[in-house]
Amino acid sequence: MAGAGGGNNDLQWCFSQVKGAIDDDVAEADIISTVEFNHSGELLATGDKGGRVVIFQQETENKSQPQSRGEYNVYSTFQSHEPEFDYLKSLEIEEKINKIRWLPQKNAAQFLLSTNDKTIKLWKISERDKRPEGYNLKEEDGRYRDSTTITTLRVPVFRPMDLMVEASPRRVFANAHTYHINSISVNSDNETYLSADDLRVNLWHLEITDRSFNIVDIKPANMEELTEVITAAEFHPDQCNTFVYSSSKGTIRLCDMRASALCDKHSKLFEEPEDPSNRSFFSEIISSISDVKFSHSGRYMMTRDYLSVKIWDLNMENRPVETYQVHEYLRSKLCSLYENDCIFDKFECCWNGNDSVVMTGSYNNFFRMLDRGQRRDVTLEASRENSKPRQVLKPRRVCAGGKRKKDEISVDSLDFNKKILHTAWHPQENIIAVATTNNLYIFQEKVN
Amino acid sequence: MSSPDNQDTEAISEQSDERQDPQDTNSNPVKTEEAKLKAKYPNLGQKPGGSSFLMKRLQKGQKYFDSGDYQMAKAKMKNMQLPVAGPDKNLVTGDHIPTPQDLPQRKQSLVTSKLVG
Repeated sequence: MAGAGGGNNDLQWCFSQVKGAIDDDVAEADIISTVEFNHSGELLATGDKGGRVVIFQQETENKSQPQSRGEYNVYSTFQSHEPEFDYLKSLEIEEKINKIRWLPQKNAAQFLLSTNDKTIKLWKISERDKRPEGYNLKEEDGRYRDSTTITTLRVPVFRPMDLMVEASPRRVFANAHTYHINSISVNSDNETYLSADDLRVNLWHLEITDRSFNIVDIKPANMEELTEVITAAEFHPDQCNTFVYSSSKGTIRLCDMRASALCDKHSKLFEEPEDPSNRSFFSEIISSISDVKFSHSGRYMMTRDYLSVKIWDLNMENRPVETYQVHEYLRSKLCSLYENDCIFDKFECCWNGNDSVVMTGSYNNFFRMLDRGQRRDVTLEASRENSKPRQVLKPRRVCAGGKRKKDEISVDSLDFNKKILHTAWHPQENIIAVATTNNLYIFQEKVN
Repeated sequence: MSSPDNQDTEAISEQSDERQDPQDTNSNPVKTEEAKLKAKYPNLGQKPGGSSFLMKRLQKGQKYFDSGDYQMAKAKMKNMQLPVAGPDKNLVTGDHIPTPQDLPQRKQSLVTSKLVG
């Protein structure tokens, strides 16, 4: 694996901040389940298994201190979802936030969609920095004044107050999913969004909560014939009629909503033919796509399966244009990874702002940066040991077998409980957010 | 390519062959892993991605408690111990009647996330 060191053009990453508790005893509720920057990158939202959302805000620009660009402070936090019980089906509904997606900003307030397994909610986050004072009928603390004591009239005025950030649920989109929601995606029309579960994709209007249109349904008439589930779905960044959904069999289907109301019939099917001699018990499981993301340009899409990241050109269906191995050394560990269920871990992936580099997580709190242009890749680690202010991250190397060099870590020493499933890249700057089990790391580009 | 009995020896002999064909270098570790798995779990189904695996995935989290069944079981087994839930309380096996004690407690409203401050 190539390192990021050496060469003047190489981007180096340094530590900026880490959020979360230091102790090793992780409460289930604190497990981070999603991370997402908003469209400007000014806000960074996280969701956790306890149904809570925490939003961080970027430190305002300080030209004399460019290294503080990667500094994010708490802006707002709220309980988005609570645990529920479906009595009819004897099903516990987890409050874990599966995904957060921001709406593009239209006015002073910020809006985001957050979803658990069954219900999507639209949250409005707004600032209040003024309050009205000088009412005639009420005291400042809200108690009503005795009307006989009112002898003069005054005009209430707005006075500045300490900034208060309020989060309020504006819409609740419920009861449209029988199976577990894995994705939500806001359309470029900024009016609709899709939600996808294991077998269906639904289309919603942001203003309308009492109905939803089903646009994909792959449920077979006889459930015994089920062979494939939907694993992720996303709208195209600027074509409002186009979306894709990925499957547990490693295929991606692109659908055009202009073609028909029900998009069961795909417009394009992206699938890389498998070499039959490579077929094994594990083939289908490791080919399952855990995440699909369009490039910002809209020309490409990236998929993440268990061992690799693939970049697809939307104009070519029969194979990806680029394939990157994330942790090829795990191929010889598939048996134990199947036994401890790690083979079913769902890693996400993300693009940088100009689509030149992609990032994805791995085990042992490692994450991978794959530079498409320079054909270079590097493995970095999010750990408390490397968390001195502005400390540059050193490339990490995993030794697959044979003699272990100094500074390398052997495959058998990797901690498979330390997984980085969720990462996010600032839409414009080289600032990244990396979530370990219960901590959020923020790294930024090294500034000289 | 070989009978199941020879699978392990087959894998070892392939590795010692040291063929340069990259295809083989790729499939070797996976086929070894597959052999290991089949040795440990001989009853593992042929189609892992098939319906039983997916059904399990779709059914994740389902807990059954039927008060009627529970009362009948209690009445029948007045003098016997009810089979206790195994370590994985989520799996309902044929003999086991879930009891209220087996179901995890409903969680209360939570404290602030540790990511804050």
